[in-house]
Amino acid sequence: MSTSRPSTEPAALKEWPLWEVFVRSKQGLEHKHCGSLHAADAAQALVMARDVYTRRQEGVSIWVVPSRAITASSPDDKGELFDPAADKIYRHPTFYDIPNEVGHM
Amino acid sequence: MDTLIDEQTQRGRANMQAPQSYLLHLADNALVLGQRNAQWCGHAPILEEELAQANISLDLIGQARLLYDLVARRAADGSNEDSYAYFRDAPQFRNYTLLELPHRAPLVGYAQGDLDYAITITRNFLYSALMAPLWQQLSQCPDADLAAIAAKSLKEAAYHLRHSRDWLIKLGDGTDFSHGRMQAALEHLWPYTCEFWSQSELEQQASALGVDGQALRENWQALLDEALVQATLQCPPPAQGYISQGKQGVHSEHLGYLLAELQSLARAHPGAQW
Repeated sequence: MSTSRPSTEPAALKEWPLWEVFVRSKQGLEHKHCGSLHAADAAQALVMARDVYTRRQEGVSIWVVPSRAITASSPDDKGELFDPAADKIYRHPTFYDIPNEVGHM
Repeated sequence: MDTLIDEQTQRGRANMQAPQSYLLHLADNALVLGQRNAQWCGHAPILEEELAQANISLDLIGQARLLYDLVARRAADGSNEDSYAYFRDAPQFRNYTLLELPHRAPLVGYAQGDLDYAITITRNFLYSALMAPLWQQLSQCPDADLAAIAAKSLKEAAYHLRHSRDWLIKLGDGTDFSHGRMQAALEHLWPYTCEFWSQSELEQQASALGVDGQALRENWQALLDEALVQATLQCPPPAQGYISQGKQGVHSEHLGYLLAELQSLARAHPGAQW
């Protein structure tokens, strides 16, 4: 406990780390990113994610990840990272006839 | 539900029905706290807690609706859930006084518009620590309809307990400021918890349904002791003096205002659909 700590809510909120929330839906196989929230710790982030993101039976499982644990690509690198793939349409499997027996891929 | 009914039949007590006044006591507790907590809508300290309190309120109001509906079906007198929620006056409500108190610290004047989250959290904790074990016991009771409602409500109460316990510990074991407010809230609300244990016809009715009052009290105290130690809060000494009697229809002045807000629309437009 500390007496010097400011007690106002905005200051307290700033001290709370940000968490990214991933929810797996009933039908879905994978957890999907659905948003972020501030929470004091991981357990609280889970409880809050439950209240904020699964109110309409969206999910059967929740992951929370500290936002700082995510390394993101820079928007400035967009050109060199993604543009070279633009003229390689042969990478899309649209030039093959899929036999009916294979079904959905 | 079918399984529950089968079990009851085997025990040969399938026809036992909880008394109406006991069902209304459970329903009124849920409705009044649900309405009280809904006051945070638009005013909660943070968005996540706003949604949490709204969720808790909706759980509680859902419990109340199931119980009022059960009472109305059994009364078979043309009443429905709305008759009980909107068209009874304060002396007919059987909720604990604790649940109707405003979200305010004791020494804050009534002109003060600030709501105190410490009161909200502490009350939710004191109440859900009672209801989680009670719903657990009632889910085994010989009234199959009540047992089914209890089984559903148990999951909700368990979550309310988790939510309020989490905050009780975080705020109690937080800064000096948050600790002081939690301790003050606990001391303010503590005397009202005596009403959980005072004897009335409701406790006899619960006992007839198989509720073990002694075990309930021990469960509640154990949940409290564990959380208060972690929260570094002091459990106040046993309260002396007047014991509130909301469950017998003798309420504080706060219930009238709460019901006025809750009931005015339905009373101004009886039978209106929206």
